[in-house]
Amino acid sequence: MSIWEYANPVRFIRTADRVLPWAAALTAAALLVGLIWGFFFTPDDYRQGSTVKIIFLHVPAAMMAINAWAMMLVTSIIWLVRRHHVSALAAKAAAPIGITMTLIALYTGAVWGQPMWGTWWEWDPRLTAFLILFIFYLGYMALWAAIENPDTAADLTSVLCIVGSVFALLSRYAVNFWNQGLHQGASLSLDAEENVHDVFYYPLLFCIAGFILLFVTLVLLRTRTEIRARRIAALLAREARAA
Amino acid sequence: MELRVHDLACRRGEVTVIEGLNFRLAPGDCLVLRGPNGSGKTTLLRTLAGLAPPAAGRIELDEDAILYAGHADGIKAQLTVAENLAFWARVYGGADIAPALAAFRLGDLRDRQAQHLSAGQKRRLGLARLKVCPRPVWALDEPTVSLDRETVATFADVVADHCTAGGSAIIATHVDLGIAGTRLLDIAPFRAREDGDAGSPFLDAAFDAEPAR
Amino acid sequence: MMALLRRDLTLALRSGGGFGLSLAFFLIVVTLVPFGVGPQTATLAGIAPGILWLGALLACLLSLDRIFQLDFEDGSLDLLATAPLPLEGVVAVKALAHWLVTGLPLTLAAPVLGLLLNLPDGAYSWLLLSLATGTPALSFLGAFGAALTVGLKRGGLLLSLLVLPLYIPTLIFGAEAVRRAADGLSPATPAMILAAITAATVALIPYAAAAALRINLK
Repeated sequence: MSIWEYANPVRFIRTADRVLPWAAALTAAALLVGLIWGFFFTPDDYRQGSTVKIIFLHVPAAMMAINAWAMMLVTSIIWLVRRHHVSALAAKAAAPIGITMTLIALYTGAVWGQPMWGTWWEWDPRLTAFLILFIFYLGYMALWAAIENPDTAADLTSVLCIVGSVFALLSRYAVNFWNQGLHQGASLSLDAEENVHDVFYYPLLFCIAGFILLFVTLVLLRTRTEIRARRIAALLAREARAA
Repeated sequence: MELRVHDLACRRGEVTVIEGLNFRLAPGDCLVLRGPNGSGKTTLLRTLAGLAPPAAGRIELDEDAILYAGHADGIKAQLTVAENLAFWARVYGGADIAPALAAFRLGDLRDRQAQHLSAGQKRRLGLARLKVCPRPVWALDEPTVSLDRETVATFADVVADHCTAGGSAIIATHVDLGIAGTRLLDIAPFRAREDGDAGSPFLDAAFDAEPAR
Repeated sequence: MMALLRRDLTLALRSGGGFGLSLAFFLIVVTLVPFGVGPQTATLAGIAPGILWLGALLACLLSLDRIFQLDFEDGSLDLLATAPLPLEGVVAVKALAHWLVTGLPLTLAAPVLGLLLNLPDGAYSWLLLSLATGTPALSFLGAFGAALTVGLKRGGLLLSLLVLPLYIPTLIFGAEAVRRAADGLSPATPAMILAAITAATVALIPYAAAAALRINLK
């Protein structure tokens, strides 16, 4: 069986119906474990105190903010190449989730930055890059909303997503050049010596898994909704023509 | 230069309006498209011109052989009659604009800006473009709107000359142009069955079998 | 292609309000800045590179929607799309025409406005150079945004929202080059990156814009 079978809206909905309860339950479990462990059963950092615990929201949200855009890029390309409607609708469904993740990352960053850096906002390259990503999400969603014909909207937003990806990446390096920044390096990497301390590391992994599952759950849910919305529109159009 | 259309289906927005259309347009042919409003005449012409991809089927035609003229003439109000024509002649690799000006009685108006032309004069300028763009197959959408009877006759002569010279034309119009040897193509019978939305994956019958919860 | 360039330039000159308006807008923005931040010459000199770049960028934005909108409405775009020119070429020529009537005059006017803001002496040549290399990218990216929104009735505001984030790298490197020159540092690195961005944009964006136009003409 090929993965493209799920490109059929009916098949997708059937599968989503079956997967969603499990995905939701797993999401809740992973987030509960990760957040409770992280918030209540980890020590305070010797320098940052209890504020360090914001990483259990901040880091996973920031990762998903970027990954959501990456997923939109992939599904956009699939739509342009293979014309699978579900792919385009999945990209549309992921955008509001991605922008929410971006907002969470920006908000938690500000809340953390206030006591640590003494300011709510710092034009640090990483923060700035997320602000830019936020604007790209806004433009993408605005274009979806502005175009009436759904296939045209899917085509144009896909082209925008591809060009936007290039420029979002370019902006990321441009802001690095523009301001060296206060933000610490990556919290996680394969090079273990640079990682956050183990005490924080394991609950953080749970939180990240939870956010990934949350994203998958929400995308499935929203894509299913988008498909049903398209079906309603198609049925209404048929009715209007028959009348 | 023959235009062959095989089992063509055309889509307007999300809805297939025409399907199963077959016809040929040989050099010298003049084909008049008929069909009620909304039957897809404009969609068919735009598809033939390559502006929209066919929903199904095949169009056999050399590249850069078709000349499309739609409801809008592509006339710039700030340019003079001669400048407008000369521009399209340059873009389409055409030649002298003088014969076209003469044929549509635009000679006296050649240095007037298009914004000062009447609706009928603008339309004549739009049609004069056909004569300066050397392409064998003309696809014309309601070319006679807002033309007086005399100009309709002039236009019919131009089309007849074009066809005599080995060109061909497919014209959506409700006016009888009186061109000898014109064929009629009524597209009403090719109206898509099933309301034209049969291909939509969102109207898949399998949706109704969705298990109730 | 030359015919198209000549036509677009003629139209811009005859219809008025094209590059004249952008220039006036640029002047007004720069004039308003001291009213907002105060007349201290030291402050103005410090922010002059950024203000001049930002003003030019915003002035460039004003006329973007005209690149394709009028041609779309009067049917010219249909005829250009079926003409023997590649649509990518049409996009490139129209973006070039836009640059000639907005970006180029803005570039030439910028040093004069730099005097108003007390831009340091060493920065004038780099202001000219960075705007000359950067503004073509603004016109081409603008053409992409205009191609995306050409079918929309009121696409102007959306066009700005789509295009402005794409302008970020150009703005950063362009303004940085002038700022470094103003501070007596070497502006070569940002200037070269700016040139690279412009070159890549001018070469590749016409393909994306032409794709967007084809979708909108369907």
